[in-house]
Amino acid sequence: VKAVVFGATKGMGRALARLMAGRGDALFLLGREAADLEKSARDLEVRGGRGAVGWAPCDLERPEGFPGALDAAEKALGGLDAVIVTAALFATQDRLEAEPELARRLLVVDFANTVAFCEEARRRLLARGGGTLCVFSSVAGERGRKPVVLYGAAKAGLSAYLEGLDHKFHAAGLKVVCVKPGFVRTSMTEGLPAPPFAGEPEPVAARVLKAIDRGTPVVYAPAIWAAVMAVIRLLPRAVLRKIGF
Amino acid sequence: MLYGWGRVGVPAQEVRSEDLEAITKGAVLSRGLGRSYGDSSLPPPSRPTAANTTLADRILAFDEASGLLRAEAGLTVLDLNRLFVPRGFFVPVSPGTQFVTLGGMVAADVHGANHHVAGCFGAHVESLRLRVADGRIVECGPDREVDLFRATVGGMGLTGHVLEVAFRMKRIPSPWLVVETERMKDIDAFMEGLKAAARDWPWTKGWIDCLKGGAHLGRGVLFRARWAEPHEAPRHRPRARPRPGVPFVVPFSLVTPLTVRVFNSLVYHFPRRTRAIEHPETFFYPLDVVLDWNRLYGPRGFTQYQCVLPSATGPQAARRFLERLTRRGGASMLCVIKDCGPEGAGVLSFPKAGISIALDIPIHDDTQSLVDHLNELVIAEGGRIYLAKDAFTRPEHFRAMEPRLGEFERIRRAWDPQGRIKSAQSVRIFGDAP
Repeated sequence: VKAVVFGATKGMGRALARLMAGRGDALFLLGREAADLEKSARDLEVRGGRGAVGWAPCDLERPEGFPGALDAAEKALGGLDAVIVTAALFATQDRLEAEPELARRLLVVDFANTVAFCEEARRRLLARGGGTLCVFSSVAGERGRKPVVLYGAAKAGLSAYLEGLDHKFHAAGLKVVCVKPGFVRTSMTEGLPAPPFAGEPEPVAARVLKAIDRGTPVVYAPAIWAAVMAVIRLLPRAVLRKIGF
Repeated sequence: MLYGWGRVGVPAQEVRSEDLEAITKGAVLSRGLGRSYGDSSLPPPSRPTAANTTLADRILAFDEASGLLRAEAGLTVLDLNRLFVPRGFFVPVSPGTQFVTLGGMVAADVHGANHHVAGCFGAHVESLRLRVADGRIVECGPDREVDLFRATVGGMGLTGHVLEVAFRMKRIPSPWLVVETERMKDIDAFMEGLKAAARDWPWTKGWIDCLKGGAHLGRGVLFRARWAEPHEAPRHRPRARPRPGVPFVVPFSLVTPLTVRVFNSLVYHFPRRTRAIEHPETFFYPLDVVLDWNRLYGPRGFTQYQCVLPSATGPQAARRFLERLTRRGGASMLCVIKDCGPEGAGVLSFPKAGISIALDIPIHDDTQSLVDHLNELVIAEGGRIYLAKDAFTRPEHFRAMEPRLGEFERIRRAWDPQGRIKSAQSVRIFGDAP
């Protein structure tokens, strides 16, 4: 597989990229900081042991850079089978309420700009006759909930976009994989109290990779979160208003 | 709460990030997997937040020809073995667990069953990238900032935060080991056995039944190993092994004189092949088979006591130590004996030429007095204890067994005049301000 990973320097993106490098996939990394990308590329090269891993700077806050970054990726990989997006912005609800500018940025990055990047990526995949677009949304987008009002709203929009994309372009060969991670212990969730069923990035990455290979449209990870969210979706509004979850 | 591996904890927390440079800025102490037994990896009470390195685990360079590898400090031996044993490389020195980070291996200057030929981990380090107390990032090694390097290797993380480690991996002929085991009837036979094995075998170590006294004092099993040559080794690779865990802290310690007696008899009399081709994990990491095995010691936890008794005082030192231990009836399930080679470059590194003995001891009301009692003998023998294991040694005892402490503190103060970097252990033993 020739894959672009946007967000491979940290957390679940790092775990997923390592799994892919380990089985021999050709990778190209996108991310914000050149020095950080360079280190992750070297890491994946040594772990994969199968040739160079390229990278290009790409920032979800700078959509004008998306086409150039994907051009560089396609050129370096000599093709493109999959585009994986784990990059996003995260902050707690308290912080977002206290910092309206950060909230605005998060909504733009996690929804508008992520969608803009996906549009750029899916055009390229379709032009090549199809491929896989795997994007990390979140269980936070399943219901409006107190701890994730703003972040969840952006992820709900992203999930809806990915579903629409799947319906519209499936027949044309585009496989859309919308990943909905539950609480996973990464640097993103560092410092937050871990709920029951919290997962680790490596098993989550293994589950996501299986979904990418099969083209599963929606994947919850860890798997138990599919059940947790099934319950949450069924809760009456009056109940959800009372509880803190 | 943060805990050492002995499950003795302090009210404290840790911060994890892939960006080690960010979280070590102004931090009081770095910590990896927390596998040191006592309080080495615990922050002092006044500044109870440690920087956890485990998410900073990238390999930054590897040269197949020389084996030189550079990586971030949170990379584990578990990861290194998984990646490199199939490619014909092994860490130059490995402690008795794979759950250890490179930063931790440097801080404790770990040794392994090959100490008599390979020395400590620090002997294989080419350079370290270190964040020192004033915030600067400094490269040190055996050829630059030598004092800082010598104090950092074995310096228990007290000279700075290790960010990156460059060291040489060793080529291995196959991923399998040839292991020989032999019963040793008493401590004298054991000392002879270790000495003889050291001549031909790169890896030697022994397990002792330390409940046995009298004629059986120091009886046990000697293990010697080397990498199998390609023609001796099975064709397939060693498989990853399942690791059952202990799901919770048992309500009372399962390690009691009775269970230890039964366990020790089983280990001693267990029918073994004298020579076998073994999975490397079986030899190197027998305890890693069960995750969180420290929970078996119950809510009070346990401590490990490890000392080295110099060969200068003769082969009888180990006998005197075991006699004192068995007289106290100090039930220890794990008692590991190993002959050490000469002292390395690390100013505070543990090993020196002689015999090292390690005991796991469940914590009771009298553990402090047991440790004091053993320490007094170690001082009389001219030996010393291993800080990575310690939770009970008194400062005056440590000073008495560690003439090198003055030099260590001199180098440490030159780089950290305000004493910004410290640990619960350095407060307890070195007299740092709490």
